[in-house]
Amino acid sequence: MKLFSCVLLVCIFFVESSVSFVYSEIIPTADKDSQPTDAVEGTEEGAKEIRINKDEFEEIVEQLQGMKELLLNMKQDYENRLKEMQEKIAALEKERTQTTDIVSQPASTTEAPIAGIEDIPMKKEEYDTVVEKLQKMESDYDSRLKEIQETYDSRLEEMQQKVAVAPQPASPETGTWSPEQPITLLSMGKSYMNISFNGLFAAAGSTAEDLETLETGGHDPNQRGFTVQNLETTFEGAVDPYFKGQANIIFQIDKDGESFLEVEEAFLTSMSLPLNLQVKAGTFFTEFGRLNPFHPHAWDFADQPLVNGRFLGPDGLRNPGVRLSWLAPTSNYTELFFTVQDSQGETAHSFRNEEALFGRDAVETRVRAMEDMLYTPRITTSFEVTDETTVLLGASAAFGPNSTGRDKDTLIYGLDMFWKWKSSYASGGFPFVTWQTEVMGRRFEAGEDVNAGLSDEVMHNWGTYSQIAWGFKKRWVAGLRGDYVDGEEEAVDPLGFERWRVSPNLTFYPSEFSKIRLQYNYDDILGSDSTEHSVFLQFEFLLGSHGAHKF
Amino acid sequence: MKIKYQLFLFLLFVISCTSTAYAKLHIVATTPDLGAIAREIGKDKVEVTSIAKPTEDPHFVDAKPSFIVKLNKADMLIDGGLHLEIGWLPNLVTGARNQKILPGNSGYLVASAGIPVLETPTSLDRAMGDVHPLGNPHFMLDPSNGKIVATQICNRLCQNDAANCDYYKDNLKDFVTRLDQKLSAWQKMTEPFRGTKIVTYHKTFPYFAKRFNLNVVETLEPKPGIPPSPAHINHIIPMMKNEGVKLILIEQFRERKIPEFVAAQTGAKVVILPIMVGGLKETDDYLTFFDYTINQIVSALNAKS
Repeated sequence: MKLFSCVLLVCIFFVESSVSFVYSEIIPTADKDSQPTDAVEGTEEGAKEIRINKDEFEEIVEQLQGMKELLLNMKQDYENRLKEMQEKIAALEKERTQTTDIVSQPASTTEAPIAGIEDIPMKKEEYDTVVEKLQKMESDYDSRLKEIQETYDSRLEEMQQKVAVAPQPASPETGTWSPEQPITLLSMGKSYMNISFNGLFAAAGSTAEDLETLETGGHDPNQRGFTVQNLETTFEGAVDPYFKGQANIIFQIDKDGESFLEVEEAFLTSMSLPLNLQVKAGTFFTEFGRLNPFHPHAWDFADQPLVNGRFLGPDGLRNPGVRLSWLAPTSNYTELFFTVQDSQGETAHSFRNEEALFGRDAVETRVRAMEDMLYTPRITTSFEVTDETTVLLGASAAFGPNSTGRDKDTLIYGLDMFWKWKSSYASGGFPFVTWQTEVMGRRFEAGEDVNAGLSDEVMHNWGTYSQIAWGFKKRWVAGLRGDYVDGEEEAVDPLGFERWRVSPNLTFYPSEFSKIRLQYNYDDILGSDSTEHSVFLQFEFLLGSHGAHKF
Repeated sequence: MKIKYQLFLFLLFVISCTSTAYAKLHIVATTPDLGAIAREIGKDKVEVTSIAKPTEDPHFVDAKPSFIVKLNKADMLIDGGLHLEIGWLPNLVTGARNQKILPGNSGYLVASAGIPVLETPTSLDRAMGDVHPLGNPHFMLDPSNGKIVATQICNRLCQNDAANCDYYKDNLKDFVTRLDQKLSAWQKMTEPFRGTKIVTYHKTFPYFAKRFNLNVVETLEPKPGIPPSPAHINHIIPMMKNEGVKLILIEQFRERKIPEFVAAQTGAKVVILPIMVGGLKETDDYLTFFDYTINQIVSALNAKS
């Protein structure tokens, strides 16, 4: 009898403890040490290694609590009955010993209270029936316990299955929160938005008195001494299951020490339109050529190529609009882009810019019909030359009205090529070699300007750059760029003169999040028959979330 | 003429129908070891592509446009999670415009869900190097984690391709049986070296070391992602001598100069290991990968002792 009750107690304890065991272990504790688990058949063991999201977790906890309660009730009930039985047994035992020992042990008169028991005559059969009854009960309880265990096991397995197929990423919940813990609002993977800040600065020395007439880019070093090139805050994340959103807000300090703020990009991108289509809407860099959509900190050089500054503008070609792109269902990558944007403003430099080009004064233009928007079609394709070499080719055009007169249009067209070799045994992404080249042409219908004495004519210009970056050793990149642009009519400074430029540089990346770059520019300004030498020391840091790199 | 044309169209229709009916499930795995597991479970019913090369540093993979095409056509994406892929996967997924493989859908599987993650930092500070905020992502170097991943992949394959569910389950059972046998063999092989102190280059091997009871006492990198500095090496050499460290584990893609220098100074041995399936010819699946790795380590330790 004792053995039986012990077994029962052990059983109860086991079920109970396994429940509480799972219950407590489902919360991943800081010490995730565990014995080898059988992921396939493991029930309790598997469960303690499964990490799940909060909703599911709470659901499981609820279920388990229900179960625990049930088991507790059972235990209570069981214990009560066990107690009863034990009492009965004790009584019976006593009786038996009394009946058997009665001969040797003369009944003591002092045991008067117990004497009452003696009134119940103990018969062998009766004793046997009680034992039988108890045995029956034992098997009954055994089967009931088994049943409970089975349902419990199956439910646990079910839950496990659910957890295993749950698509949520691992969310490491490090126990319950207590008031002493810091509240993290923006930790990676735990917030709705990734935030990063990028600071890009340059120190410049030059033979040119005015660097602003030499450097074409709005983020280029603009004076002897220091330049704040770009202070960029990036917000990025999934908007909902359908869109991804991104915003790049730029702070800058100009030559005169004035701070200003600029919305460089803010757009959403569709994640899964049918027919391989994708929409981007907001204000964003136009998908024209290779370099234009890249932010300054991702450039391989401290300044932007001359042709980009001259045709696409100091701040790059960007405006509010919509872009539709289509991924061709081919085996190699081919994508078609079509962008419609506003055609006015200084970020549409060769178009309806308030500062008209070629010495003309801007006339007031407005959008009269669809053709007064800026349209940019682009096609790009990529293939793998070898296992380690990839080529990306593209062709783009941008057309829209310009501000030198009514019905005056501009067309920019370009070809671009990006080639990259990267070792199969690359460590930290090194070693690699990239070669990037762009050629652009511009057809500009310059309107008549009576005041300036300029007549109606069509200007054709072109320019090109080609650059190589060689990551020769981990953290070190050597670069070389050649630039050429032809001369613009009515040009007054190197920004419009025919010129070529050679720029070697060397960049050191202490880590992925910082860089130091030394660059030399040799400028040969054919238009004014002069040469200029400039040296830039650029440095960058990145705080916050790790953005994904484009190819 | 017209009939012929119609016949042609009909044939085309039939062909396209049959080809889709027997089409394999396209799976893209971010790393080759996840791909290898998917291959074990899916066998000839799936076509698996891995993005990272087995030989390269998986933290820095180029987001090549060809992967956009692969993801665009994928029925399933297996992502390791734990931010190993953060620098290259997001843009590929955005470019792929494939509903199936977006988070929350049945085609997107985070392999690390269900893994007991090691080294989850309690606070984030890049002054401590490039620490992965969700924990160490090299979990596939513990074979029993491979089992968990295999189960997850099997469940998901069943969900996406219910018709072949039994087939996948059989493959899983078979794989787990083979892996269990191998695992106990591997553990037997490494048992004599329980607690052996080793040095690694990067924090690539904690899962491996834990499973096979090796004790990683230092890394050549002073902090994750920061190359060995002279000061740190000067600290490591006497430490290794004192502790009697006789083994330096480095990944295939690492430079050899510094590890070899340290080895020469301390009398330790450098063992160069592939860290993903396919890194070497003889490591073309998940089991042979560990066969090779364990053999290398055991023979290096045997030679020393």
